[in-house]
Amino acid sequence: MNLLLSIPVALPLACALLTLFGRRNIPFQRAVTIAGSVLNLLLALLLFRVIRSDGILALQIGNWPAPYGITFVADLFSAVMLIMSGLMATSVAIYSIVMIDEARERFHYHVFFNVLIMGVNGAFLTGDLFNLYVWFETMLMASFVLLSLGGERPQLQGAIKYVAMNFLSSALFLAGVGIIYGITGTLNMADLAVVVRQSDHPGIISIASVLFLIAFGIKSAAFPLFFWLPASYHTPPSPVSAIFAGLLTKVGVYALIRVFTLIFMPETEITQLVILVMAGFTMVTGVLGAAAQMEMRRLLSFHIVSQIGYMIMGLGMYTAASLGGAVLYIVHNIIAKTNLFFVAGVVAHKTGTNDLKKLGGIYKRSPILAVLFLISAMALAGLPPLSGFFAKLSLVIPGLSNGHYVVTATAIAVGLLTLFSMTKIWNEVFWKPAPGDQSTSDAALSWTKQEKICLLGPVVLLAACSVVIGLAGGSVYELVTDIGAQLKSADAYIQAVLPNGGRVP
Amino acid sequence: MEVILAIVIGSLYASGLYLMMRRNIPKFIIGLALLSHGANLLIFTAGGLSRGRPPVIPEGLEIPAGPIADPLPQALILTAIVISFALLAFAIVLILRSHEELKTDDMENLRENDA
Repeated sequence: MNLLLSIPVALPLACALLTLFGRRNIPFQRAVTIAGSVLNLLLALLLFRVIRSDGILALQIGNWPAPYGITFVADLFSAVMLIMSGLMATSVAIYSIVMIDEARERFHYHVFFNVLIMGVNGAFLTGDLFNLYVWFETMLMASFVLLSLGGERPQLQGAIKYVAMNFLSSALFLAGVGIIYGITGTLNMADLAVVVRQSDHPGIISIASVLFLIAFGIKSAAFPLFFWLPASYHTPPSPVSAIFAGLLTKVGVYALIRVFTLIFMPETEITQLVILVMAGFTMVTGVLGAAAQMEMRRLLSFHIVSQIGYMIMGLGMYTAASLGGAVLYIVHNIIAKTNLFFVAGVVAHKTGTNDLKKLGGIYKRSPILAVLFLISAMALAGLPPLSGFFAKLSLVIPGLSNGHYVVTATAIAVGLLTLFSMTKIWNEVFWKPAPGDQSTSDAALSWTKQEKICLLGPVVLLAACSVVIGLAGGSVYELVTDIGAQLKSADAYIQAVLPNGGRVP
Repeated sequence: MEVILAIVIGSLYASGLYLMMRRNIPKFIIGLALLSHGANLLIFTAGGLSRGRPPVIPEGLEIPAGPIADPLPQALILTAIVISFALLAFAIVLILRSHEELKTDDMENLRENDA
C-alpha cells in the first residue's frame, strides 16, 4: 500500500518520457498528458480515502530506514494538495488542446507540463528537507521553460524577473538547509521535528527559520517580495498562466505551512506577529495593486498576491482551527483562481484582447461565459454560498476568538476590495456595451464543438467544484478541522515516519 | 579554517547581492552564480570541517574506527552544483535570447509590459 506514494511522481515522469518520444505526434502527446492527469487525479482520490481511514502513510525509498534514507510521507494535507494538483492538471491539459498552438506543442510543451506536475507532486509528498529543495528545482526548471516557451517579447521580459527571483529564493533555501544540517545533523523532517524540539541552540535555529521564511515567502509571492509575480504571470499563453496561478505559488505556501508547523513552531508572540504582519501587508498591497490595473490577467495576478496573505494569516495565528482555515483557503483559491484565468484566456481567445477598456458586452454575446465568470469571481470575493465564503469564515472565526483583531479586520476589508475588483471586471468586460462598431461586436460568440468541450468544459468543472465546496460547507469544514489538528500536533507525522521513536544508535 | 571560509562565504554573498542590485542583466547573472557558490560553501562549512579522516570502514570492521568526515554535505553540494549549473545555463540562454529580441541589457528597459 505504501508504494502507492511513489506513483504521483512516477506517473508524470512516465508521461513526460512518452511525450518526449512522441514529439512529432501531437494527438498522441495530448492523449498521454490527459490520460496521465486523469489517472493522477483518481490516484490522489484513492490515496486520500486510504489516509482518511488508515492514517498517515510513509514510504522509505529503497527501504533505507528514516532518518537515513529519503522518506515520502502523505498526511491529509498532502493528500488534499495532491487531489488539487490532479484536478488542475486534468483541467489545464484539456484546456491546452485549444489554447496552446501547435508550434509550442511540437517544442515539448507537454513534456514540461508533465515535469511540472511531477515536481509539484514530489514537493507535496517528500518528507526530507533537501529532497524538497530538489523537487522545487524540478518544478522551477519546468516552469522557466513553460514561461519562456515561444519567446515572445513580453514573455522574455517576464521570464527574466521570474527566473531571477526564484533563483535567489532557491539560494536562500539552500543556505537554510545547510545551516539546519550543520546544527542538527539531519534533514529528515520528522527527525528534525524531534531534534529541534529538544535542541539547546534555539537562537541559531530561529536564524535558519528566517531564511526559510524569506525563501518560501519569495516563492509564494508574499509581501515584500511579490513583485516578480504580477510582472510575469500574465505573459505566457493562458493555460500556462492558469496552472502557475493555481498551483505554483501554493506550493510555496504548502512548504511554508509544512516547515513552520512541523519543524519550527511559531509559538512565540514575536514570530506570530512577524507572520501576521507579513500576511496583512500581502493582502493589502495585492488588492491595492489590483485596483490600478486595466488588464484582466494582470489584475488577477495581483489578486493572487492578495489571496496568499489569507493563507499566511492562517499559519500566523497557529491554532488547529486557523491552520484548517488556511488549508481550506488554499483549496478554494486554487480552484477559483485557475478558473478566473481560464475565463480570461477564453475572453482573449474570442476577442483578441484582455484590455478592460477595449472589451465589453460579453454578457450579451455569451451569457454562459458571463455566469461562469461570476461564480468564480464571487467565490473569490467570498460571497455565500460559494467556497470562498466558508474559507474566509474559517479564518475570521479563529482570528476573532484569539484576539487578532487588526489582521482579521484587514482580511474582511480586503474581501470587500476584492469584491470591488471583481465587479470592475464584470462591468468592464461583461456588462458595459462593447466599444466601437455595434453591429459587428454584438454578435453572439460562436463555439466550435471542440471549443465547447475544451474551453467551457474545464471552466464548468471548476465552477462546479466551487459551488460544491460551498454547498457541502459542513463536511468540508469537518475535514479541514481534522487537517488543522493533524498539522498542529506533529506527533502522528513523526510516529508514521519514525515508528521506533528515532535513530538507531 | 572556519574563519577563513566564513569570510569567503560572506564576501561571496556580499558581492553576489551587490551584482544583483545592478541594472546590467549579465552582471545580475554573475551575481546569481556567486550567490549559489556561497550557499554551497556554506553547506560545506556548516557540515563540519575535518582533515584526513575518510569516511571509509577499514577491512574486517563493522563500524569505522574513530571519528570520520561526514560525507553527506558533499553529496548535497554535488546535487546543488548540478542544479545550479542547469539553472545558470538556462538563465544565460534566456538573457542571450532576450538580448537578441529586446536589444538591451538594462533591467530598466524590461518595463514596457509593466503598469
